[in-house]
Amino acid sequence: MRLQLSPELEAFREEMRTFFTTQVSREIRDTIAARRDLSKEQYVEAMRTLNAAGLAVPHWPVEWGGRGWTPLQMHIWREEMQLACVPEPLPFNASMIGPVIAAFGDQEQKERFLPRTANIDIWWCQGFSEPDAGSDLASLRTTAVRDGDDWVVNGQKTWTTLGQHADWIFCLVRTDPTAEKKQRGISLLVFPMDSAGVTLRPIQLIDGGHEVNEVFFEDVRVPAENLIGEENRGWDYAKFLLGNERVGIARIGSSKRLLAQAKAYAQEVTVGGRPLAEEPRMADRIAELENELLALELTALRVVAHSADGKPHPASSVLKLRGSELQQDITELVVDIAGPLSLSSFADGGSEVPDWARVATPEYLNYRKVSIYGGSNEVQRTIIAGTILGL
Amino acid sequence: MDFTFDSEQNDLREAVRGLLDRAYGDSEQRRRVTAIDPGFDEKTWSRLAEMGLLGLPFAEEHGGMGAGPFEVAIVAEEIGRVLAPEPYVEAVVLAGGLVAAAGTDAQRAEVLAGIAEGTTLAAAAHAEPGTRWSPSAAAVTATQDGGAWTLTGVKEPVLNGARADVLVVSARLTGDGGPGGTALFLVRGDAAGLSRTGYRTHDGGRAATVRFDGAPAELLGEDAADRTAEIERVLATARIAYAHEAIGSMDTALRTTAEYLKTRKQFGVTLNRFQALTFRAADMYVSLELARSTALWASMVADAGGDVVSAADRARLQTSRAGRHIGKEAIQLHGGIGVTAEYTVGHHTSRLTAIDHVLGDGDWALSRLAADVIGHETVDPLGAPYTG
Ligand SMILES: Cc1cc2nc3c(=O)[nH]c(=O)nc-3n(C[C@H](O)[C@H](O)[C@H](O)COP(=O)(O)OP(=O)(O)OC[C@H]3O[C@@H](n4cnc5c(N)ncnc54)[C@H](O)[C@@H]3O)c2cc1C
Repeated sequence: MRLQLSPELEAFREEMRTFFTTQVSREIRDTIAARRDLSKEQYVEAMRTLNAAGLAVPHWPVEWGGRGWTPLQMHIWREEMQLACVPEPLPFNASMIGPVIAAFGDQEQKERFLPRTANIDIWWCQGFSEPDAGSDLASLRTTAVRDGDDWVVNGQKTWTTLGQHADWIFCLVRTDPTAEKKQRGISLLVFPMDSAGVTLRPIQLIDGGHEVNEVFFEDVRVPAENLIGEENRGWDYAKFLLGNERVGIARIGSSKRLLAQAKAYAQEVTVGGRPLAEEPRMADRIAELENELLALELTALRVVAHSADGKPHPASSVLKLRGSELQQDITELVVDIAGPLSLSSFADGGSEVPDWARVATPEYLNYRKVSIYGGSNEVQRTIIAGTILGL
Repeated sequence: MDFTFDSEQNDLREAVRGLLDRAYGDSEQRRRVTAIDPGFDEKTWSRLAEMGLLGLPFAEEHGGMGAGPFEVAIVAEEIGRVLAPEPYVEAVVLAGGLVAAAGTDAQRAEVLAGIAEGTTLAAAAHAEPGTRWSPSAAAVTATQDGGAWTLTGVKEPVLNGARADVLVVSARLTGDGGPGGTALFLVRGDAAGLSRTGYRTHDGGRAATVRFDGAPAELLGEDAADRTAEIERVLATARIAYAHEAIGSMDTALRTTAEYLKTRKQFGVTLNRFQALTFRAADMYVSLELARSTALWASMVADAGGDVVSAADRARLQTSRAGRHIGKEAIQLHGGIGVTAEYTVGHHTSRLTAIDHVLGDGDWALSRLAADVIGHETVDPLGAPYTG
């Protein structure tokens, strides 16, 4: 048991902090700090800056750009990145399809996709969910039928995040409708979004923004070499992928940053001439969230330290569950600090309302998503009850 | 940063667990022991002494083992796990801690050695009726006449106050031109002007009303100085130890509950078939693990010589919330048997409720943290002021 980081890790933390706060464009970091959406170009620029420094895909195998870091180093990397308002490498590339291709793709696929995935020369999107396949993902119905050297894909995906920016999609498709277990007849196909027969339709979210889409497939022809791994083993790859997705999804660094911002906002707003932050109810609420966040961060540190032997610590399921709840609680806090100012969401130009108060409610509404995706919090509770408590 | 116990610490845990399992593995044994005074088992207390546990945190030259906060944490957690009624945190960490913090070398050598050997049961007499958790004394006053000190006033509740061989008493310094503030004193159990009325507490422990009526007292330390800061630090150390005791208790309450859900049948199926119940158990697990991380961290802060008072408040807040959550849910998920005295789970809830109120509850810790919340931008658990 020891509190301090080793001198080496302390130096590593400093190196990360310095890089993120000096080498990533100020404008990009300011946009994140202002809690505004990045443009596609900004996103690409940020990830390329990281990739050029070997900081985009440190968790990949070393021969494909990984760094062979310990879980604790990965944690520090992620936390410092979030604290510095640096956008994380696109998860579809860095945490989802990249690791799957590195683990299960053939040599040709690795060479073809991995460097371009790390450098975001390909922007990937995730085609898993369907209208009737959400938490019960294995009930998906999009089909791929073999025809000569091609697979022919028909069906529909939905909730496809940033599909409007995507060059390629990785898609779970049903290749064996006769398989006894529904999990056994699924394969993983990748193909360009501009393939003939692919149509994208935007879905507007409650914050007024456009980040998810429906994607329709009508006789889309996909060359056989675009099947990743083995036919009908797609469910295993999906489980591998979703396991990676949960790592880092707690977004503790981002929550810390937003809470620090919330404190500043609460000093800006006054009640009867005194800062709102000095109202006991408000100060209590901030202090309680801060302590909850500390407890979560410590749990994350405890979990990463214990997962060094390869086996995830059972408490890791706590991270997604609590991490998402705290993100939501803090965005809610910011709306409450903004109070009546929070109504001016869509004001621009001549408005007297500060920008932070304008984005407050859209962000709060948007963040309802974080307890739904990445395995909903009910799914997380099922995992804890089942695999940890044996219920 | 390292959250793992080393092999010696794991051995210590095994040894303590073995001893306490023999004593209280059968929960009926605890009921028998707590039914009669002094509310704990003197033989088990001696065995804890023989293992060196009662002197764990004291310096070797004072008869202790010179161990750190992690060893104390391990013992406290094992105590909590079986709800051992022996007053470990109270006598060793709190009362002993006050003597270690304020006493002269001679006082430490005498009193701490007695605590470590199990021959002296020390109790901290600090709380005063009508006040809440404070590091200073108000109602009990200390007066010096010639070289001799006497105390006057009432302390209550004093945990184990009736059985204690020696009381470590906080008292307000009176007298013109004195330093003022709160000093610490030793009062022997047979002192004149001392009267004690003991009673049982809801968690099976013992407390007392302790009246001082010009009772002769021995000042701890060379000079009559304000000891508020030392008291605050010892209270913080005890809060951290209690956090670990609470973790042990919550862990058992949760495991007992999970086991019950798997075996109890209603509507023709075991209760774990009802998601309304298993999800609540999952939430209990979340509370427990978050509290455990915070408690371990607070011990690390103590070990590193960092801001132990703030770290203890954070651990106090987290374990208070978790203790209430888990304690209440453990009973609810058991149904009627959860509120019976024959069954263990309600006793855990009772003990967690007691721990929550000895040295400050969650809301109390929260208001202390809230008073300073604007003073820092973020909390860095691996940075100032926690790394020392
Ligand atoms: C903003 C956003 C972005 C997304 N991006 C993508 C993407 O890029 N690619 C992609 O493939 N998908 C994406 N998703 C989809 C996401 O993975 C699904 O929304 C999620 O799996 C839940 O499925 P569902 O929405 O159909 O809800 P349902 O599964 O229908 O669930 C409805 C409710 O029932 C609960 N529930 C379901 N089953 C159980 C059960 N067994 N026990 C208890 N409770 C249960 C759920 O937790 C939820 O509260 C995104 C979703 C959102 C909201």
